[in-house]
Amino acid sequence: MTTAGRQQMDLAFEVEKGQLLTLYGPSGAGKTTILRILAGLTSISSGHIIVDGDVWYDARQKINVPTQRRSIGFVFQDFGLFPHWSVYDNLRYAMPKGEDPRLMHELIELMELGSLQDTRPTFLSGGQQQRVALARAIVRKPRLLLLDEPLSALDDDMRHRLQDYIERIRRHYELTTVLVSHHLPEILRLADAVIWLDKGSIRQQGPPEKIFPPAPEKT
Amino acid sequence: MTDWQPLWLSFRLAFITTVLLLVISIPLAYWLAYSRWRGRAVIEALISLPMVLPPTVLGFYLLIALSPSHLVFTFTGLVIASLFYSLPFMVNPLLSGFKSLPPALREASYTLGKSGSTTLIKVLLPNIRPSLLTGIVLSFAHTIGEFGVVLMIGGNIPGRTRLASLAIYDELESMNYAAASTYALILFTFSFSVLLIVHLVNHHFSKPDPLS
Repeated sequence: MTTAGRQQMDLAFEVEKGQLLTLYGPSGAGKTTILRILAGLTSISSGHIIVDGDVWYDARQKINVPTQRRSIGFVFQDFGLFPHWSVYDNLRYAMPKGEDPRLMHELIELMELGSLQDTRPTFLSGGQQQRVALARAIVRKPRLLLLDEPLSALDDDMRHRLQDYIERIRRHYELTTVLVSHHLPEILRLADAVIWLDKGSIRQQGPPEKIFPPAPEKT
Repeated sequence: MTDWQPLWLSFRLAFITTVLLLVISIPLAYWLAYSRWRGRAVIEALISLPMVLPPTVLGFYLLIALSPSHLVFTFTGLVIASLFYSLPFMVNPLLSGFKSLPPALREASYTLGKSGSTTLIKVLLPNIRPSLLTGIVLSFAHTIGEFGVVLMIGGNIPGRTRLASLAIYDELESMNYAAASTYALILFTFSFSVLLIVHLVNHHFSKPDPLS
């Protein structure tokens, strides 16, 4: 299934631990679907998903680890923030029991959410909601971070700052990340590898400089 | 002098029925909202059946089902009958409440490692409060308004199964218009007030009106 309707998807790829892979391509190519499959939110009929040597999905062995037991952080396109809770409570819900709250406070500060802690998501701008969603996904220190256009609603200034932040926190915690993005400067800045998708299959794959070579300079 | 017993019985029946319906309907509506099982349309149709069936049809089948257990003409029998009769008024608002929530709410909670029941209690139910209120109020009011089913199952025994709606009919038969009018006025005022409250509260939440 993609936003273009039901469609056959057939692809295989690997991401190295701690690296950031970007999924790029037109709408309906299956980018979000891949994130959902990795999260266990969309089912597939065959194949396998292995993370750090742990099998999350294997059709042949009939293994399908439920979403709750996959160590993931997911930033949804429409954020999926809990509207009945403040920003602080949204983050607290995401914290595993007994976890040191220092990371949460660190995230609140770095994402500049301090003054918004007691505000409910409904009263936040798109960009503010996106920052909360990002903090909520990272606060669990997931093994796999899945970002569905997480910076699309931000202005350039905030986008730059959060790109830096994603980069820093990802390296610090060695978070393997799959990012869906349309934004070329962002991809060139963040991605270790790019997969260019079209109609459910891989059109091109490799390091960003190879896939998007700089335009020849005009003389 | 008004005999308050039928009114008290009616309210007691409605209260017990509503509490039990809430316990039954939350998991049932949750399952119906998110299950991918194809047969769920049949279950949904069965639940809504009491809304369109003549109460005597439901009463007839319940009478046959309850006869061997000696529950006919008892208050417990009335509770069982009311559960079936008012079930759609609790399940349907909850079901449309669950269905109106964005799927990302439930999925986000799952990706944060939370179980289905934690997600239901902490995330989903607080976000369908208007539907919960509608379900509670409609089930209560609808149980108060029962006539055909409770007449067949309860048998109109004074002090035990003679509810307010039956008392009106009795008083009318014995040409006791003043008493009938008192009961009627109380039930009318009550029903109007609760529906008014539901509409006002739902307008306040400014969500699509589950009654329409």
